[in-house]
Amino acid sequence: MSRETPLGRVLGLGSAKDGTEHFWAQRVSSVAVAGLGLWFVIALGMLVAQGAAYTDVLEWLASPLRAAAMLAFIVTLAYHSTLGVQVVIEDYVHGAPKVVALILQRFVHIGAALAACVAVLRIMLGA
Amino acid sequence: MSTRPRPLSPHLQVYRPQITSVTSITHRATGLLLAAGFVLLTYWLLALATGPEAYLNANAFFASWIGRALVGGVVFSFFYHLCNGIRHLAWDTGRGLEIEVARRTGWFVIWGGIVMTVVFYLLVFGVFRGGAS
Repeated sequence: MSRETPLGRVLGLGSAKDGTEHFWAQRVSSVAVAGLGLWFVIALGMLVAQGAAYTDVLEWLASPLRAAAMLAFIVTLAYHSTLGVQVVIEDYVHGAPKVVALILQRFVHIGAALAACVAVLRIMLGA
Repeated sequence: MSTRPRPLSPHLQVYRPQITSVTSITHRATGLLLAAGFVLLTYWLLALATGPEAYLNANAFFASWIGRALVGGVVFSFFYHLCNGIRHLAWDTGRGLEIEVARRTGWFVIWGGIVMTVVFYLLVFGVFRGGAS
């Protein structure tokens, strides 16, 4: 027996379909961000504790391995963050402002991630 | 498609806060604060890549009272969101959903976030503090 409403049958859109994918992406990215975030917070704390100057921080980030970890952190953090902020907006904002807010938050996350990645690459390549 | 206002069931304002609801809303709030932290991280990296002067300006901002408050909030948010995130992952496997267990782990992640933040600041500005400038 179908539990579809008459309206649902006429519109023929079915379910939103991608709920599980969003749920799973949130969990997988959370695992990556937990590990990379701990690494970054501890590393940054140690730099601050050592009173690292500008050149010390540059030198620290210029190592290819650390730069790669930093890029991975930026990308997974931006991904996890945009998925989370999306859900908060969907819960509390409605109508046209919701669509605007959803598009804006996606742009800000992608823009910030790109800028941060370019900064890391520039430091790593010593330009 | 027009909809007239639907009847609503009693909502947040009529319920006494419980540890499970408080940890849930705090998870959201800290998540939003961490999104702001991501923007701060981007600003810091851009300043670092731009040059010594921009980096000093960024550090001056992070050393101001509003900068310190923001960073402190982000650090606590990170540790709390980490602890409660692990609690959520455990729930996703079907573990720890009994009310008594959920209450206990709720208090655990709140204190976990606070203690980790305090220990982090003690280590960074206390025990391991060294070197010049």
